[in-house]
Amino acid sequence: MLQQIIQILPQVLVDGLTLGFIYAVVAIGYTLVYGILELINFAHGDVFMTGSFIGAGVLFFLMSIGFLSSVPSLIVFIIVILIAALATGFLGVGIERVAYRPLRRRNAPKLIALITSIGISFILEDVVRFIAELKTGNYIITAPSLFKTQYHLNIHSIMPFFHNVTFQASFLVVLVVTVVMLISLDIFVNRTKWGMAMRAVAQDRETASLMSINVNRVISVTFFIGSALGGATGVLFMIQYGTIDPYIGFILGIKAFTAAVLGGIGNIRGAMLGGILLGLMEMFAAANLSTITHGAMGAEYKDVFAFIILILVLIFKPEGLFGKAVVEKV
Amino acid sequence: MREQISKFSQSPKAQAIFFAAYVIVTALGLYLMQTSVIAFLLLLFSILILYYLKLKTRTKWLIGLFIIAVVVPLVASQGPSFQSYMEVGTLVGIYAAMSLGLNVVVGFAGLLDLGFIAFFAVGAYTYAIFASTQASHFMPFGHYPLPGDTFWLFILIGAIIASIFGILLGIPVLRVRGDYLAIVTLGFGEIIRIVLNNMDHPINITNGALGISSITPPNFLGIPIGNSSQFYFIVLGIFLVVIYIVTRLEHSKLGRAWKAVRDNEIAAQASGIPLVKTKLAAFAIGASFSGMMGAVFAAKQMYVDATSFTYLESTMILVMVILGGMGSVPGVILGAAVVTILNTQVLTDLSNWLTQLSTNGVISIPDALSPAKMQRLIFGILLVVFALYRTQGLIPHKNRKINVEKLKKEASEAPGGALLSKERAETGGTD
Repeated sequence: MLQQIIQILPQVLVDGLTLGFIYAVVAIGYTLVYGILELINFAHGDVFMTGSFIGAGVLFFLMSIGFLSSVPSLIVFIIVILIAALATGFLGVGIERVAYRPLRRRNAPKLIALITSIGISFILEDVVRFIAELKTGNYIITAPSLFKTQYHLNIHSIMPFFHNVTFQASFLVVLVVTVVMLISLDIFVNRTKWGMAMRAVAQDRETASLMSINVNRVISVTFFIGSALGGATGVLFMIQYGTIDPYIGFILGIKAFTAAVLGGIGNIRGAMLGGILLGLMEMFAAANLSTITHGAMGAEYKDVFAFIILILVLIFKPEGLFGKAVVEKV
Repeated sequence: MREQISKFSQSPKAQAIFFAAYVIVTALGLYLMQTSVIAFLLLLFSILILYYLKLKTRTKWLIGLFIIAVVVPLVASQGPSFQSYMEVGTLVGIYAAMSLGLNVVVGFAGLLDLGFIAFFAVGAYTYAIFASTQASHFMPFGHYPLPGDTFWLFILIGAIIASIFGILLGIPVLRVRGDYLAIVTLGFGEIIRIVLNNMDHPINITNGALGISSITPPNFLGIPIGNSSQFYFIVLGIFLVVIYIVTRLEHSKLGRAWKAVRDNEIAAQASGIPLVKTKLAAFAIGASFSGMMGAVFAAKQMYVDATSFTYLESTMILVMVILGGMGSVPGVILGAAVVTILNTQVLTDLSNWLTQLSTNGVISIPDALSPAKMQRLIFGILLVVFALYRTQGLIPHKNRKINVEKLKKEASEAPGGALLSKERAETGGTD
C-alpha cells in the first residue's frame, strides 16, 4: 500500500501544486477583504467564475476574428488574462459600491452584509449562466486550449521507486503566473504607499482615517486587487481544466476560504501557504483515499476532506497556522 | 365624509363584514372557476388580511384555522386541479415549518446557517431508509420495510435525529467566531449531501445517487395516505405544533437569551447567559422542525435522492426568512408562502405561458430566459434588495409590550422581589 502511495507521489505533487496555487490566489481575495472589513465576501468565488467566463468570451472572440492562428498563444493568453483581470477588478469595485458600502455607512450588523454577499453571488451565477446559454445554447463551456503540449518527466529512470510524471504546458503557465501574482502582491502590500494604507486600514479603520487615509478608496482598491487576482485565476483555471460552468465558483470559493482560514485569515502570506497546502492535501486525498481505505471511500470524498480540514482548523487552531490569535474587544 | 370612512374602516364590526364578504367572494370565485390559480391565491390572501384586522387574537386564530382547514379544501375540491392546489398548500406548510426552524437559528439567535437543508435531508432519509427495503441491506435484525403506521413515530424520530445532527455540528462550530459559522454550516450542508450521495459502498445505506424509491406511504387507522389532500392535513397539524412551540419559546427565558446573544454576544455572556448551550439549543430546535418535515417530505414524494437537498434549497429557506422578516413569526410564514407559491406556481405558469407565446409566434423568447430557470437570480435580487432596503422584512417583528405599571404593582406586592422584577422589566423592554 505504502509503495503504491509513494509511486504516484510525484504526479500528486504536480497536480496538487496546480490546484494549490489556484486556491492560494483566490484565498488572497478572501483574506484581503476579511482583513479590512471582517466580512466573508461570499461573492468572491463567483467573481473568480465570472473571470473564467470573461476569459473564455475574449478567447472565443479572438478566435472568431482569426487572431488566434496568427499570433503566438502566449500573447493571446496575456491579452485574455489582462482583460479578464481588469473586468473582474471593476466588477469587484462595483459589488463593493452597491452591496457593502451602503451597509457600512449604516453600521448594519455583519449578518446583513453576509446575506447581501450571498445574494450577489446568486445574481452573478445566474447572469453568467444566462449570457452563456444565450450565446452558446449551453451553460457548460469548453474553452479552446492554448497550451496543450504534453510533457513527460522521466523520473522513473533516475529514482526507480517513483512513477513517471506527465503534465501539460498549461501547468507551467499556471505556476509562473500565480507565482508572479503572489510575489508582486506581496511587494505591493509591504513596500508601496497604497499597501501601507491597506495595512493601516486593516489594523484600525478609524485611526487610519484620522491619518488622512481615504478609507473608502482604500477599500475600493482592495476589492479591485482581490477581484482582479480572482478573475485572472479564473482564466488560469479555464486554461488548465478546459471546462467551466457557472457553478464552479461555489465549491472552489469555500475551499479557497478554507485555505485562507488554514493560513490564518487576514494574513496574506498565510493564505498563499494555506492554499498550496490545501491543494496538495486535497490531491493526495483524491489519489489515495481509495487505496488507504481499501475501496471504501473514493475520490468523491475529496470535497468532504477539505471541509473536514476547515472544521478541524477552526476547533484546534482558529487563528490558523500563521495567524495571530485575536482577542475580541468590547 | 372622509372622517366617517376612516371611522367605519377602523371599527371591528365593519372590518369583520368586509372580511366575510371578501372570503365569500373569493371562495365563490374559486368554486366556480376551479382552474383559476388567481382565485386560489386571492382566497389564501384572506389570511394576510385577517392578520391585520382589529379582532381578538383568539378569534383570528379560529377564523384562520377555519379558512385553511375547511373552506380552502372544501371549495377547491370541486375541480380537476384539487390535488395540485393541495400540493401547493402542503409545500407551503412544509417550507413554512422549516423557515420557522431557520428563523429560530437566524432570526432569534443571530447565527447564519447556510446548510439548513441538511437537517431536512437527515429527516427525509431517516424515514426513507426504514420505510423501504433499503434498511435490510445493513440492519442485522427486523423486517423491512416498516409498515405505514410507524410514520407517526418517525415524525418524532426524524426530529430527534435531526436535532442530534444539529448538536453534533454545533459543538465544534459554535465555539468559534460568529462569521465563520456561515461558511462551516455551508460546508456541512455539502458534506451531508456528498455523503448521502456516496453511501452505497462499502455498506449500502442510502443507495447512493440512485436514491431510495418505493417508500411506504403512511397509514392512518388502516387508511393508506397517498394524496396531497391527505398530506395537507398532516402538514397542517405539524405546522400548528411548530407555531405553538415557536411562539411559546419566543418570550420564554430561552427565547430572550437567544435575542440577547444575537444583539450582543459579549454583553449576553457577561450577564450570565451560557453562550454555547443557548446556541446549541437554537441549533437543535431549528433542526428538529426541519427533520420532522423531512420525514413528511419523504413520505409524500415516496422517493428521495440527494439532488433535493442542495445549497439552492438552503438559500431558498434563507430567502423566506429574510423576505418575511428575521425574528418575526407571521412574517416568516408569509415569506415561506410567497416564495413557495412563486417557485412552484407563478414561475412555472409564466414559463409555460411564454413558451406558448413563442410556439404561437407572437414573441420569441430564448430558452435561457425561461423564468423557471431564473430562481437564482430572483432569490439573489430578493436577498440583496431586502438586506439593503428593508432589513426588517415584509412584516417586521414586534417586541411584546411590557406593562410597566403592572410590573411595578406586582413588585411592590411581592416583598423582596422588587429588584428582580424591575430588572426583568428592563431586559424585556430592550430585546
